[in-house]
Amino acid sequence: MVTMDTTVPTAMPRPIGDRRVLAVRVIWLSAFVLALTIVASLTVGASGTSLFAALIDWASDNEIGLREQVILFDIRAPRTLMGVLVGASLAVSGAVMQGLFRNPLADPGLVGVSAGAGLGAILAIVLGGLLPATIAALTGIYTVPIAAFLGGWLTTMLLYKVATNRGRTSVAVMLLAGIAVGALSGALSGVLVYMADDTQLRDLTFWGLGSLAGATWGKFAVAAPLILLSLATTPFLAKGLNALTLGEATAEHLGIRVQRLKNIAILTVAGATGAAVAVSGGIGFVGIVVPHLLRLAIGPDHRYLLPASAFLGATLLLIADMISRTIIAPAELPIGIVTAIIGGPFFLYILLRNRGILDM
Amino acid sequence: MIIAQNIGVSIAKTDILSDLSFHAGAGQLTAIVGPNGSGKTTLLKALTGELPYTGKISLDGDDMRSFSTAALAARRAVLPQAAVLAFPFNVLEVVRLGLLSGLHVHDSDLPQRALKHVGLAGFEARFYHELSGGEQQRCQLARVLVQVWHPVRDGKPSWLFLDEPVSALDIGHQLEVMQIARDFADQGGSVIAVMHDLNLTAMFANSVALIAGGRRVIQDSPENVLTDAHISNAYRCNVQVNATPNAGGGAPYLLPHMASIRRA
Ligand SMILES: Nc1ncnc2c1ncn2[C@@H]1O[C@H](COP(=O)(O)OP(=O)(O)OP(=O)(O)O)[C@@H](O)[C@H]1O
Ligand SMILES: [Mg+2]
Repeated sequence: MVTMDTTVPTAMPRPIGDRRVLAVRVIWLSAFVLALTIVASLTVGASGTSLFAALIDWASDNEIGLREQVILFDIRAPRTLMGVLVGASLAVSGAVMQGLFRNPLADPGLVGVSAGAGLGAILAIVLGGLLPATIAALTGIYTVPIAAFLGGWLTTMLLYKVATNRGRTSVAVMLLAGIAVGALSGALSGVLVYMADDTQLRDLTFWGLGSLAGATWGKFAVAAPLILLSLATTPFLAKGLNALTLGEATAEHLGIRVQRLKNIAILTVAGATGAAVAVSGGIGFVGIVVPHLLRLAIGPDHRYLLPASAFLGATLLLIADMISRTIIAPAELPIGIVTAIIGGPFFLYILLRNRGILDM
Repeated sequence: MIIAQNIGVSIAKTDILSDLSFHAGAGQLTAIVGPNGSGKTTLLKALTGELPYTGKISLDGDDMRSFSTAALAARRAVLPQAAVLAFPFNVLEVVRLGLLSGLHVHDSDLPQRALKHVGLAGFEARFYHELSGGEQQRCQLARVLVQVWHPVRDGKPSWLFLDEPVSALDIGHQLEVMQIARDFADQGGSVIAVMHDLNLTAMFANSVALIAGGRRVIQDSPENVLTDAHISNAYRCNVQVNATPNAGGGAPYLLPHMASIRRA
């Protein structure tokens, strides 16, 4: 006879299924690896001088040469920090979007959110002059990232509305709608590029390269607030996204206010993607590869997955950036090409291993 | 006490339920039975606040609509008819999701005890997706139990809403799970379970609500609801209801007749 067990809990040993300790270790490890990668990113490059020695000198309060100083702090530092923020926001927005859509294939780049953000950015660059002076004065240097954010936000909302029916999100609809939205954004962007004058065109080409090469402290200051703000929401999303894996109704029964959760998640995705797109163009695959690898390692618990994604995404993007600026030095390969060359085959491999997912 | 009066639910302009009344008390296991498509799941979803409804549903005297999501999560847990899981959580992690409502977070052993309770001790590290259908169902039940572990909290009954909790289970586990539900009710909680197995219903329920066509409800004790006439009428087939042979005046049990199925 089975009876309800209401005895005082006796301490049991930590069960084997508990992956939390492992997850915390992985987070620390990836933070440590990121720190090493930051040092490498600051010192590895085509300059030909020993920047590592200069960095050590600087860290121990010794004088360093002007040339080293310029390369380290005016060129490499903003580029590296921008890489950290962009990599983190790409990976985290991927993880959040996958949690929201309850599917490991949802990625802002893949389903047209980046294209929507890009359209917003291009709109701001080309038609920004038409903004009423009061608004233009208000948004100032933030016009492009804000427009990218709005573009990403509208796209994400549209996708979610189209793909979700009675609390269930269809992967097939999501991917197809993403293709449609992406194509539409691309076409509208094309029209705008056609309308652009010469100066705007130069801005656009520069922006569209999908590269961290243009990183300056000024751009960093523009992108950082939006990215940091977006990343700051993730601790509040984690539990809700965990519950959401059981479906919207069950999440609500577990005490999660699902509508609010979805609203915040969509804003987070749009903010992080928008800011990343605004400063570095479209960089694909980080958002899908990083969370996937981490789920294999530590499981899908978003309380650990989200911070670990931030660290690993930043690390991977810095590594890709180092490859992009050294492999054909002194020229540079756009970083989007590097991530696509690494991420594309990996993504195909994921698909091959998880073909069942598309039938969900 | 849950009292639902004149409930109507319509989905996409179609009336699924209309003018339906239902009640369930603390200390009771109330079964909802009826043929496929009669509206059992829909009624359960109205009772748990998942579907908008017309009419009035009250929980211990308070209008159901006046409860916040968190307040409801603290008082009732819901086992859906078809459970989904999007990501590769393991069994322990799924059960731990029941702690999200925040009631028992301090009690770190609870998920393991719940797993033991549903006969899944030792399954902690297994991936949920790799369980059998019946094991998945029991894993979800453990998650639900973790959410409202105590049948009575702060002097108020906890509620379990179970949509076909034993549909995927073998007879041994069916009895085990029904006994868990029974014990929860006996200790002062309340269980509302959608059931297809009328024999189990007769054995374990205090009250049975028989729905047909989303409107007619007969609710009474198992003996009074599970009669030849009611069942033949609702399910459009002939059965013979008997009294349990061993127990004096015990639960009725049903025998279907192969030859006399009169489905249209
Ligand atoms: N979302 C929906 N849209 C349209 N019709 C629906 C929807 N949900 C349920 N229905 C219809 O409402 C009726 C009642 O459905 P419900 O799921 O409540 O049945 P049930 O009694 O639980 O059946 P079963 O025993 O098969 O689980 C059915 O005819 C069903 O087709
Ligand atoms: Mg049903």
